Amino acid sequence: MALTKRIIPCLDIKDGRVVKGTNFLGLRDAGDPVELAARYNEQGADEVVFLDITASKEGRGALLDVIRRAADKLFLPLTVGGGVNTVDDMRALLRAGADKVSVNTGGVKNPHLISEGAEMFGNQCIVCAIDVKRNDNFAECTSEGGATRITLTDGTVCWYEVVIYGGSKRTGMDAVKWAKKAESLGAGEILLTSMETDGVKEGFDIPITSRIASEVHIPVIASGGVGSMEHFYTGFTDGKADACLAASVFHFGEMTVGEVKEYLDKKGVPVRI
Amino acid sequence: MPCGDREAVKMTRVVILDYGLGNLRSVKKGLEKAGADTVITSDLDVMADADGVLLPGVGAFSEGMEKLSAMKSALYDYVKERPILGICLGMQMLLEIGEEYGIHEGLGLVPGSVKRFPDRDGFKIPHMGWNNLTIEKKDSPLFKGIPDGSYVYFVHSYYADTGREYTLTSTDYILRYASAIQNGNAYGTQFHPEKSGAVGLKILENFIDML
Repeated sequence: MALTKRIIPCLDIKDGRVVKGTNFLGLRDAGDPVELAARYNEQGADEVVFLDITASKEGRGALLDVIRRAADKLFLPLTVGGGVNTVDDMRALLRAGADKVSVNTGGVKNPHLISEGAEMFGNQCIVCAIDVKRNDNFAECTSEGGATRITLTDGTVCWYEVVIYGGSKRTGMDAVKWAKKAESLGAGEILLTSMETDGVKEGFDIPITSRIASEVHIPVIASGGVGSMEHFYTGFTDGKADACLAASVFHFGEMTVGEVKEYLDKKGVPVRI
Repeated sequence: MPCGDREAVKMTRVVILDYGLGNLRSVKKGLEKAGADTVITSDLDVMADADGVLLPGVGAFSEGMEKLSAMKSALYDYVKERPILGICLGMQMLLEIGEEYGIHEGLGLVPGSVKRFPDRDGFKIPHMGWNNLTIEKKDSPLFKGIPDGSYVYFVHSYYADTGREYTLTSTDYILRYASAIQNGNAYGTQFHPEKSGAVGLKILENFIDML
C-alpha cells in the first residue's frame, strides 16, 4: 500500500493529429489523439501527456478541441505542453480541460512564467519540462556557481546543459541548478528529457535523472530512451524517477502499458494494476 | 401517460459551485457520466434548488475561502438539509482551519484543520499520483461497492487532520491521514474522483444516489 510509480504515454500532436505513426490494430482513427489516449487509458496508463508541436494559430485551435474531447471522455490526469509562453496560454489549456500545463522554452526565457502560473493556478498545475544535453566544457556554463559535475557510468565527468527550442539552442544553463530554481519558483513537477538518450532506445539517461530526482523535493518524470521493459525498471530504481514517460514503444505496439506494469509489479516496483 | 413518465425519471440535479477556481469541466463530465444533470453556477438561488452541491477546487486555501466568502451563509443553510461534496481544496475548506500561507478560517463544517505534510526523506511533496484508500467506515454510502485498497488520484501538499469519527477513508503517505471525510451532510474527498477512472466515477455515482 503506497503511492505508486506512474507510467505515462506521451503523444506528439500537430494540428490536432498524432504525429508519430501508430501500429494499433482496431483503432478507427489511429491519428486521433483522443482515441489513442483512450486506448492507453484502457491499458492502465496513469496519466497522458499531449505535446503540441503546432506552430500555427489554426493548429492551436485544433489542439484545444482535442483537449476538450479528451477531458470529456477520459477520467484520468492530462498534461499538455508545447508552445506555452504566457499565463494566457496556460489558462486556455486548463480551461479546455488540461489538469497540468508543461512549460519548457517559455520558462527558460521568462522564469516568472513559472511563478505567475503557480500563483494563479496552483503549483500542482505547473510542470517544468527540461531538455538537456551533455557538455564536457565546464567553461561554457553560465549558471551562478558553475556547472554541476556529473560522473557517467564510464567514468567521464561532464555537466548537463539546458537546451531549448526542441534541443536546437543551447542556453549555458546548468540543468541541476535550473531544476532547483524551477522548484523554488513554484513548479509542481519536473519533466526531464535527455537529448543524449531520446530516440536511442537504450534506456533513460540515469546519471542526470537520479541527480535531479535527489536534489529536488518535487516529483520527477524521466523521459527519452525507453526501448525495453527493463528500462522502465532502471528509470525507477537507479534513476529514482517518480514517473516514466514513453512514446514510440507504446505507439508502435512493442509493449502495452499493462505489460510494463505487470513486469514492474513482479520486480517489486509499486504500480497501480 | 408520457408526462407522468417524464416526471418519474427527473434527473438528480447537482450544482457545481463556481467560485472562480479549478478545472470544472472534468468534474461536470464525471457527474454527467455518473448520471446527474449538472449546472456550473455561482447563482445562490440556483444552488438552493439543487439536490446536491459539489464544491470543486484547485489552488490555495486562503484564496479559495476569500472567493467563497459571499457564499458562506447560503452554504450553511444548504448543508442543514442536503449534501455537499467537496473535492481536494473543496474538501479542505470544509474544515475549521487551514494552515496554508498563514492561518485561515475554513467553513468549519467538519471539525479539524488542514496541515502541510511534514518533510521526510524519500517522500516528494506534493503527494502526486495514484494511492490506495483504506475504507474506515464500511457502511458509508459514498464508498458503497468500492473495494478496500482501491487506487485513486491525488495531488496535494496539505492534508486533513481530523478525528476518526469524521474519517471515511484513510491513505498512507508520510503519515496516515483522512483522505475522505464526513460530518452530517458535509462530505469531502482529498483525491479527485473525476480523475480516478472507473473507481472515481463509481464514487460520484454513489454521491448522486445519496441525493
